[in-house]
Amino acid sequence: MIEARRITKRFGEFVALDDVSVDVPAGSLTALLGPSGSGKSTLLRIVAGLERPDGGEVWLDGEDVTRRTPQRRGVGFVFQHYAAFKHMTVRENVAFGLKIRRRPRSEIGPRVDELLELVQLSGLAKRYPAQLSGGQRQRMGLARALAVDPKVLLLDEPFGALDARVRKELRQWLRRLHDETHTTTVIVTHDQEEAMDVADRVVVMNAGRIEQAAPPRELYDSPANEFVMSFVGPVNRVGEAFIRPHDVELLLEPNGATQEAMVERLVHLGFEVRVELVRDDGEQLFAQLTREQTEALELARGQIVYVRPTRQTVFAK
Amino acid sequence: MGRYAIRFASLGYLVVLLVAPVGLVFYRAFEHGLGAFWGSISSPDAVHALKLTLMIGAIAVPANTIFGVLCALAIVRYRFPGFGVVNALVDLPLALSPVVVGLSLLLLYGRGGWLEGHNVLFALPGMTMATIFVSLPFVVREVVPVLREIGTEQEQAASTLGASALQTFVRVTWPSIRWAVAYGVVLTTARVLGEFGAVSVVSGRLVGQTETLTLYVQDRYNDFDVAGAYASSVVLALIAIATLLVLNTLRPKEETR
Repeated sequence: MIEARRITKRFGEFVALDDVSVDVPAGSLTALLGPSGSGKSTLLRIVAGLERPDGGEVWLDGEDVTRRTPQRRGVGFVFQHYAAFKHMTVRENVAFGLKIRRRPRSEIGPRVDELLELVQLSGLAKRYPAQLSGGQRQRMGLARALAVDPKVLLLDEPFGALDARVRKELRQWLRRLHDETHTTTVIVTHDQEEAMDVADRVVVMNAGRIEQAAPPRELYDSPANEFVMSFVGPVNRVGEAFIRPHDVELLLEPNGATQEAMVERLVHLGFEVRVELVRDDGEQLFAQLTREQTEALELARGQIVYVRPTRQTVFAK
Repeated sequence: MGRYAIRFASLGYLVVLLVAPVGLVFYRAFEHGLGAFWGSISSPDAVHALKLTLMIGAIAVPANTIFGVLCALAIVRYRFPGFGVVNALVDLPLALSPVVVGLSLLLLYGRGGWLEGHNVLFALPGMTMATIFVSLPFVVREVVPVLREIGTEQEQAASTLGASALQTFVRVTWPSIRWAVAYGVVLTTARVLGEFGAVSVVSGRLVGQTETLTLYVQDRYNDFDVAGAYASSVVLALIAIATLLVLNTLRPKEETR
C-alpha cells in the first residue's frame, strides 16, 4: 500500500504538487491521469525516491520511506523511454537487480528465464536493446523491474512512446499481468482511454492538485467537476450544462422539449457516427450515434433536426 | 567536379602541413642509417630525457584521467554553486599560452613567491605540475558530451533496482563513457609528450637532469646536432603513434565513433 501525505513540490517558481494526498490500496492497479504539467509524473517519482518532496511524507506498506534513497525503497520503476542498459543484453538487463543483490547464480538463471517467458522475450535473451522494437524494450523494462519482487510497481507513461496498436496490446497485457501477480501498481498516463481501460481506480490530477479519485465508471458517470467531466470523455457544453455526445437525442419532428439544429457535418468512425450540429441560437454541439440510428434518420448534411439531451450535468458554482 | 576539388584541397592541405614535415623528419633521422639513429637516441642524455618524459606522463595522464572523469560527472550531473566557473576554468589551459603557465609557476614557487623553496622549480614536481595544467581539459571535454547524451535515466533505473552510487557508476555509467575516456587519454598523452613551453620555463633545462624529450630535441638542434634532434623527434612521434594503435586495437569494431 502506498500513502502519499500532503506532498508539496516546487521547481523554482512552478508548483508541481500542491499539498497532495493520495492512497493506493495494496494489490490495486491505480492510474494517475492528467494533462502534462499536472504533477502526475512528479508524484510518481517522489514515491520512487527519484525526486525529493519539499514537504509531506511517503509511506510504503506502513513504513515512512520519505528519507530513503530509491536504492532502499524496493520499488520497481518503468520509464517512458525504457532506460534500457544499452551495453547489456536483454538477459543481463533483467538480471541486473538480482546480481546487485548478490543472489546465487542457481537462483538468478531460472528466475530470469521465468521473467523472460512472462514478457514473451525468451527468444531474444541474447539481443541488445538497440536490436529490439519499442514494445519489446518496454516489456524488457517491465521484466527488469519485476525481477526484484518490488513492493510496488511504478510506471511512468510506459506506453507513451509506442504507436497506437502496440499501446493497446501492451496495456491489455499489463492488465492480465496484474491480475496474475497482484503487485500494487501505479501507472501514469495522459490518455484517459488508457487509464479507464487498465485501472481499477483513476486519480485525476490537474495543476498540481487531485481533482477526483474514483473507479473508472464512477468517474465517467459522476464527475466531481467540470475539469474531470471534460477530461475523461468528449463533452458538449451548452450554457451551464454539460452533455455527453451519446446523450444527445436527434428527432425528425419537434416535440416541445426539443430545439432546432442543422446538420453541419457527418463523420463516419466505423461503427459510430459523429454528427456535428449548429443550433438555431448559433451554439455548436455534436452527437454520437450508431450507424443504424443514422441510417434510420436518413441524416444528411444541411438537414434540419430537433435535438434533446437525455441526460445533462450542471455543476454548482 | 566539386567533390574532386574538395578532396584535392583537403588532401593537399594535409600533405603540405602534416605529411611532408613529418616525412622529412623521418627521412632525416634515418638518412645516415639505422646505426647512426640508434647512436643518437641511446646517448645517456637522450635516454634520461626519454625516461623523464615517460615519468611525467606516468603521473600526469592518470591524474588528469581521474580528475577529468570526476570533473565531467560534477559538471553534468550535479548543479552545484559555482558550476559555471568550473566549466569555464576547465577550458582555461586551452586558451592560455603554456609559457604563461610556466611563468605563473615560476612566480608562485620562485624567489619571492608565495610558496618559495619547496624544491618545486627546476625539478620533477614543477615540470609535472606544468604538464598536468596544460593537459587538463582533454578527458573532461571528451566525457562531458557523452554523459549528456546518455542522460540520467539509466542511472536512475539502476538505483531503483538497488544499486548504490558506486555500483551504478561501475556497472552503468563507466561502460557508457569508457571509450570517451580512452580517447581523452590518448589526447592527454599526446599533449603531455609534446609539451614544451610551460615545462621549458619551469625546468631550468639542466642537461641530463631536467630535460624532457621535447627540450632535448631543441637542445640538440641548438647544439648543431641536427641528426640527434631528428632522431629524438622520431622517438616522440613513434610513442604517439603507438598510443593511437593501442587504442584502436582495444576498441571493439562496432563502437566506431
